[in-house]
Amino acid sequence: MLAYIVRRLLYAVPILIGVNLLTFLLFFVVNTPDDMARMHLGMKHVTPEAIEQWKADRGYDKPLLYNAQETGMGRLTETIFFEKSVRLFAFQFGRSDAGRDIGHDIAQRMWPSLAIAVPILVFGLLANITVALLLVFFRATYVDAIGVVVLVALMSISALFYIIAGQYVIGKLLHLVPISGYDGGWQALKFIVLPVAVAVLYGIGSGSRWYRTLFLEEAGKDYVRTARAKGLGERVVLLRHILKNALIPILTGVVVLLPLLFMGSLVLESFFGIPGLGSYTIDAIRAQDFAIVRSMVFLGSVLYIIGLLLTDISYTLVDPRVRLS
Amino acid sequence: MPETLTYLATLKPVLLRTDALVFLLVIAIGGFVFYVRRHVHLREPWQRVFARRSGMAAAVVLSAFVAVGLLDSVHFREPLEQRGNDGEVFYSVEVLSLLDLALRPLKERSEKTYSAPFATHLYAKETLELPDGSKVRDYPRLLYGGAHLGDPEHERWPDILQRSSQGLINGTVAWLIFALLWVGLLAHHGSRPYGWMLRQVVAGRTALPWRTMLVTAGMIFLAVAWAMELAPHYHIFGTDKVGQDVFYQTLKSVRTALVIGTLTTLVMLPFALVLGIMAGYFRGWVDDGIQYLYTTLNSIPGVLLIASAVLMLQVYIDTHPELFETAAERADLRLLFLCIILGVTSWTTLCRLLRGEAMKLQGVEYVQAAVAFGVRDRRIMSRHILPNVMHIVLITVVLDFSGLVLAEAILSYVGVGVDPSMHSWGNMINSARLEMAREPMVWWSLLAAFVFMFVLVLAANLLADAVRDAFDPRLRRGR
Amino acid sequence: MPRAGVNLLLGLLLLVAGCDDRPWNNPYPAAEDGQNILYASFRERPKHLDPARSYSSNEYQFIGQIYEPPLQYHYLKRPYTLVPLTAEALPEPRFFDAEGREVSGDDPALAYSVYEIRIRPGIRYQPHPAFARGADGRFLYHDLGPEDLEDLYTLADFPETGSRELVAADYVYQIKRLAHPRLFSPILGIMSDYIVGLKAFARRLDQADRELRAAGGHYLDLTRYHLEGVEVVDRYTYRIKVHGRYPQLRYWLAMPFFAPMPPEADRFYSQPGMAEKNITLDWYPVGTGPFMLTVNDPNRRMVLERNPNFHGERYPAEGEPGDAEAGLLEDAGRPLPFIDKAVYSLEKEDIPYWNKFLQGYYDTSGITSDSFDQAIRVGGEGEVTLTEAMQAKGIRLQTAVNTSIFYLGFNMLDPVVGGYGERQRKLRQAISIALDYEEYISIFANGRGIPAQGPIPPGIFGHVPGKKGINPYVYDWRDGRAVRKSTAEARRLLAEAGYADGVDQETGRPLVLYFDVTAMGPDDKARLEWYRKQFQKLDIQLIVRSTDYNRFQDKIRNGNAQIFIWGWNADYPDPENFLFLLYGPNGKVRHHGENAANYANPEFDRLFETMKTMDNGPVRQAIIDEMVDIVRRDAPWIWGFHPKGFALYHGWYYNAKPNLMANNTLKYRRIDPHLRKLRRAEWNRPILWPLGVAAGVLILLLVPAWFSYLRRIRRPGLTAAGEG
Repeated sequence: MLAYIVRRLLYAVPILIGVNLLTFLLFFVVNTPDDMARMHLGMKHVTPEAIEQWKADRGYDKPLLYNAQETGMGRLTETIFFEKSVRLFAFQFGRSDAGRDIGHDIAQRMWPSLAIAVPILVFGLLANITVALLLVFFRATYVDAIGVVVLVALMSISALFYIIAGQYVIGKLLHLVPISGYDGGWQALKFIVLPVAVAVLYGIGSGSRWYRTLFLEEAGKDYVRTARAKGLGERVVLLRHILKNALIPILTGVVVLLPLLFMGSLVLESFFGIPGLGSYTIDAIRAQDFAIVRSMVFLGSVLYIIGLLLTDISYTLVDPRVRLS
Repeated sequence: MPETLTYLATLKPVLLRTDALVFLLVIAIGGFVFYVRRHVHLREPWQRVFARRSGMAAAVVLSAFVAVGLLDSVHFREPLEQRGNDGEVFYSVEVLSLLDLALRPLKERSEKTYSAPFATHLYAKETLELPDGSKVRDYPRLLYGGAHLGDPEHERWPDILQRSSQGLINGTVAWLIFALLWVGLLAHHGSRPYGWMLRQVVAGRTALPWRTMLVTAGMIFLAVAWAMELAPHYHIFGTDKVGQDVFYQTLKSVRTALVIGTLTTLVMLPFALVLGIMAGYFRGWVDDGIQYLYTTLNSIPGVLLIASAVLMLQVYIDTHPELFETAAERADLRLLFLCIILGVTSWTTLCRLLRGEAMKLQGVEYVQAAVAFGVRDRRIMSRHILPNVMHIVLITVVLDFSGLVLAEAILSYVGVGVDPSMHSWGNMINSARLEMAREPMVWWSLLAAFVFMFVLVLAANLLADAVRDAFDPRLRRGR
Repeated sequence: MPRAGVNLLLGLLLLVAGCDDRPWNNPYPAAEDGQNILYASFRERPKHLDPARSYSSNEYQFIGQIYEPPLQYHYLKRPYTLVPLTAEALPEPRFFDAEGREVSGDDPALAYSVYEIRIRPGIRYQPHPAFARGADGRFLYHDLGPEDLEDLYTLADFPETGSRELVAADYVYQIKRLAHPRLFSPILGIMSDYIVGLKAFARRLDQADRELRAAGGHYLDLTRYHLEGVEVVDRYTYRIKVHGRYPQLRYWLAMPFFAPMPPEADRFYSQPGMAEKNITLDWYPVGTGPFMLTVNDPNRRMVLERNPNFHGERYPAEGEPGDAEAGLLEDAGRPLPFIDKAVYSLEKEDIPYWNKFLQGYYDTSGITSDSFDQAIRVGGEGEVTLTEAMQAKGIRLQTAVNTSIFYLGFNMLDPVVGGYGERQRKLRQAISIALDYEEYISIFANGRGIPAQGPIPPGIFGHVPGKKGINPYVYDWRDGRAVRKSTAEARRLLAEAGYADGVDQETGRPLVLYFDVTAMGPDDKARLEWYRKQFQKLDIQLIVRSTDYNRFQDKIRNGNAQIFIWGWNADYPDPENFLFLLYGPNGKVRHHGENAANYANPEFDRLFETMKTMDNGPVRQAIIDEMVDIVRRDAPWIWGFHPKGFALYHGWYYNAKPNLMANNTLKYRRIDPHLRKLRRAEWNRPILWPLGVAAGVLILLLVPAWFSYLRRIRRPGLTAAGEG
């Protein structure tokens, strides 16, 4: 088992290197450090000297890949590539183009992201499974038929509509929750209710439909027929047999998402003013703060790979037939 | 009619990059349909698709959207009235499409600012100078919306009702003609008497649900006829901040959505096919390399990759202004690039599925036999493996469509979507967000975008369901 | 289907709301209820809070309350008047010739002006760890190693604080910081032209800093370097010596650039490891002002709290006519500041901000064009009042024409629209007429703005109102108001320029112009469409070249732009601050200045040089009139408009008067927290019945399902698993 994990981890290294190279190419070809400097120094009275100095301050004044002026290892390490990209492997995110410590920001902003992502996952899962079970229970009746149509309709509505409508009705008309914002501790509750509810509602369409297919497939299997033949009640068959067995693909499907919860939701967070990593990323994109975007790309890739690894492991845990190879 | 033709002859056609691809796609689909009709084993699952009533209805609705999109894909520039000294003709920098020509009244009849659907007055008060020189603050009359009415307060609703019923009558007549012709076609095709065929269709006893098709088409006929009757006299979806007709914008957005939904798959398809099949067929280091490639791409969060790439494109466009003669070309390139980059982020799923399938097929006896006979790899892949994975491709393409249309809106919100000057539902929703905060609220842009988007995505989803069930009831896609 | 969602919502809401009558949607902690706290917001993180670097209004809203330059603007008086803040009195310049002999102000031999500023004794800094001393009198936190910094993340993590008296040397230290090689003060360039020896000083510091860094040092001790033009006279007095005459210096002395900076703080923040934790001067200001920044969490909120060491100041006792009637003098003579705390929450978008303002969670608000109709009613004569809904809430409105200008510039280096020939000038004039800024203001700003007649906005010396002040190339004076000339007139000018009907008569090609913009948002689309329509009036084809902000700056700097829009906001109330935007030696392309149009007219430049050092008076006005007439004729800009600021205040908010120059106005504000609490409760009663209705409908839907369920339960295993 341990050897397997180690092997998977080693496999992750070249992928991260690939991601790193790709982002490096993208970001240093797109905007020259000069452009970034000018934007961050503001509009009034910007001199070329200030731009040079800005670059020097942030280490953008070095050559991209090879520094001929240095000696020894310095030729490779005193470069933008080494300073800005290679250091990411040690999770040294450095400072944003606006001068903030990115690592510190990420550590702080992670929690609000989790505060909405985790409830969305849990309640979403509960809601989706409940709805899907109901539909399966009523399969081949009008409830099922109408239900499926409603689900397709729900998933045909853009997420933006859900958010706009939710904010308008619940926040503005009914005064039930603050329209946007965030606070620490238990105070956070009133801020996350609406985003969570909106996200769960949005997810029901596609989620329940998918689970319904899973359940139906399970319901068609032999052991279920056997169970029914034994005279077990429909409820028992559903909960004991179908749900139990279908949960395996559902839960392993969830595992891959777990690490990415840290990344937060871009749109949800920025609409509701939640200071998580999602809105952090959006702000960085809009302000063209490439140091942050670069860090987030790397972080996202790392988390994704961890997710894959966790999925593999959880498969082997729930299904011993899958060999660790 | 001859006047129309001579007018069309003066235009200077413009082939935008996406237009070319759209027509390529149309030709490809045409060829595909032709091919499928010749082969029974291919035709059969398609018949299952259309045998489903929801599938048939969805297909009809989609074809209406496609018709709008295609009309909007024939671009040209109009000649300017002014001539050069030597009679040389110059063309306007504005690129128009056939849809623009058809909707010219809508396009050009812009008001000053917001007006509600079917309104005769602006939505905001203005200082008006009365004939006697005094000034009042009131809602001014619209320049075009309901301008034919003498006394809007009393005449408006009767007028709308009258025009609506006229439109519905026109629609019904057109539909009846269409329906009867269609039944005739069916009767001719099946060598059956006309009356018998008509009864079958009305009773819904035909193999394909023609009754459903005709009912859906009927609704579209009615809607179109109604809009044709009313839109020239009113802004049926109101106007936006600068007074542009929202109905026009909504229709223009159809093409954007369709292009994103279809071209994305078109541009990613070759990569996914070639790499997926190669990985599954050759295995070994080829497989490792391709797996590495898609895992790497897959592990970068999609939005970030898209954002970075779109920003990069913007730089390219800005540093090479000489390459783009018109604003439309620039917006178009951005659209195409968005498709490409969306393709790059989404091809991995298909590639993985294809790899698995190809791997399975590679072990099948007849492929093994071909290998033993020394058939060349390229031939095996194209002759034996490719045709047998096409159903996966088809299902993925159809399933992805609606997701991509929805993604466009999100990306436009993030600021890395289509060009801000391009009509798209994403851009409409984005500006509608601000309008929602107005009091009184401006709701019509949002509603218009919502209705059209909902209908399109719903139809696409229903068709996708039908296709999936018909081609492979067991195939499940991971999320 | 949304059952789970609604249940969850109800359950959580009940949990959150508890039982008290506090509004459910109150975004602030319950502990803050009823306290003397002002609520405001910030849209994005202020980039610089260091007074040597900060140069934008969203930064000044914080540091203006913390740092105290020697002078300030009188809060109520108009025209804007300078009064002492920490200084004893307004400094009067003395003039010297090159040999150092004192001369009169109009002496042609005049070479230097010297301003001597005497500050009041007894002013103390806010409590700050940089001043903290141990029992032995040594600074506690000036020699920290990496291990000391390990558990410190914010300034509040330092347990000990100290303070000390403000001295003249602190002001001198700050002026030296303007030349600090690592700070890039935005005004170093300008100040080097005036303050004697500053340019050489900056070079010397640069050299010293290189050596210091090469030796591994961090703190560049500015006290060890002498700046010729600035000297400490005694503990409370310092002198600034400038080349020639520079009356505008007094305005600069009211800006945070000239606020005091204790060297202890600079040394404290320069320690290695501090910057990595964001503990810098850009992040944690240290001042003598009425407030100090106690919480700085750019992800959520920034909090200003009353400075316990504040030297005290009293509310002004006199204002301009009408102030007393407006209730602005009720607090006259009372000690400032009135509020205990100001909480600034991060609010990136207009919509939530506006809604929260209406719910009473922000005390003031501007008006976006989207909320305009809801808030403002415009009368027949264009006079503005609040709508009844707003009045019912007790909201009050204040308006003021901003001392800024939004203009459309032509790049004068461009071969088509630029240049000084008759042809190009007529083309520009034609376009100036065609661009109907009255319509622009009414569509995009709801009429909140006045079309500009020239570069100088109202409220600044040199602006001429009424008939004499109109731009005769664009407007006619009719019926007591300025009326834009007709499109026909514009077309005539265009024809004279050789572009009849938008066609170049020489080549026969249609005239195509390029409009360079930075457009990203959806709202911009509408604007661009509007511009296109305006050019269409003259049959000119306008191609919009939209790029991101970086590229746009690049184009402007390299002179590749053709037509662009730009804005300028006054630094100080002097016409020089606007006319220098057209001064030739200030050109963007050749001199990296602020003259984005690259306009250069020798006559204008000559007049500018005379005008800039003059005192306000009829002679100056005459020269300004002449200058304005030159640029109106040349039309390097289409003058665009001066935006009008509309601000709304809740009924519990007092002493609000727009002051476009002062940035330390927080201390004058007073609020009534009790009234606010009542109003908030009244405006935000949760409305629950729609949720009840929704739940009821859901239950009705579920009833048949329940019966169906029971039926199924009773028939086990009869139905086969369908495909659905």
